[in-house]
Amino acid sequence: MALINYASREINAKIVYYGPGLGGKTTNIKYIYTKLNPSVKGKLISLATELDRTLFFDFLPVDLGTIRGFKTRFHLYTVPGQVFYNASRKLILKGVDGIIFVADSQIERFEENIESFENMLDNLTTYGLSLERIPLVIQFNKRDLPNITSVEELQKVMNVNNKYPYFESVASQGIGVFETLKEVCRHVLKALS
Amino acid sequence: MREGINIFEEDFWAITDVLNRLLQGTNSRTILLIDKAGQLITSVGDTAALDTSSFATLSAADFAATSQLATLIGEKEFSTLFHQGEKENLYVCLVADRVILAVIFDMRATLGLIRVKAKNGAAELEKIFEEIFNKLDKDTSASSEIDADFTKAAEEELDKLFGF
Repeated sequence: MALINYASREINAKIVYYGPGLGGKTTNIKYIYTKLNPSVKGKLISLATELDRTLFFDFLPVDLGTIRGFKTRFHLYTVPGQVFYNASRKLILKGVDGIIFVADSQIERFEENIESFENMLDNLTTYGLSLERIPLVIQFNKRDLPNITSVEELQKVMNVNNKYPYFESVASQGIGVFETLKEVCRHVLKALS
Repeated sequence: MREGINIFEEDFWAITDVLNRLLQGTNSRTILLIDKAGQLITSVGDTAALDTSSFATLSAADFAATSQLATLIGEKEFSTLFHQGEKENLYVCLVADRVILAVIFDMRATLGLIRVKAKNGAAELEKIFEEIFNKLDKDTSASSEIDADFTKAAEEELDKLFGF
């Protein structure tokens, strides 16, 4: 959870992009990196395979600015989506303050979304955490592709009763990327007070 | 157990004092204190040429991955790590089960001395962190400084940062 240092007047919070492999988590974080002003972002670190698949995580620190004297910074992480990297996913979730679940809207990826969502809940449980305490925002990605599941169908399996805020996105074009991030940041900061 | 860490003024200066003594006593270049989630708590020594955010994140990841390796061979955790470079070296150990102490040093320092002094420093830090965690367990409310006004100011900053 967030680190609040009252002496150096700093707040650091951790936001994790979760979701199935090739769903667009790294694309989100790379888009954010390319668009943010250099003065508010740190170095983008990607621990990836030679084929550019996330092996351990991507990491990008983003400075929000000074809020009532506290220098506030978000640490953005992605997890590796591929099923067999669960040990890494679990490690990245440690100390999480907010989660963005990036779902792949393509019909053939429907089941993977559900599996990944359940895997996220299981991994949170191992840290004694749940979505009752950790803010979650869902992003339905790849909405520009022709062969996609309707948002209503996706909502039925991941977001019954609109419990969590959600956005439609095309991360490769930046559509919905900042909206999703802003929403989770808002909830994380609210949870601090 | 609470995951978050709130560091208050007096604890911060007590921590900095231990780290500074360790820095001087070992002739090391930089010492960083990092929580297991990868967030930098504080650092002493020369950090001018160091990307401390990246360093903190990767140290925590390194420690976490190595801990998993330890469990695979039947150990609970490797309590210390040592990485040797041509000029700079890194010694890492765990404090109070939740915090990582990373010491960067060159040829002016010796590994043996670092080991001994870091162990003593870690024991001192452990006492300070135990008090911090006790305080946090007793009082789960945030400080009065992080209140509704803070949330409102934060929203304004978010609007500015993201431009909408």
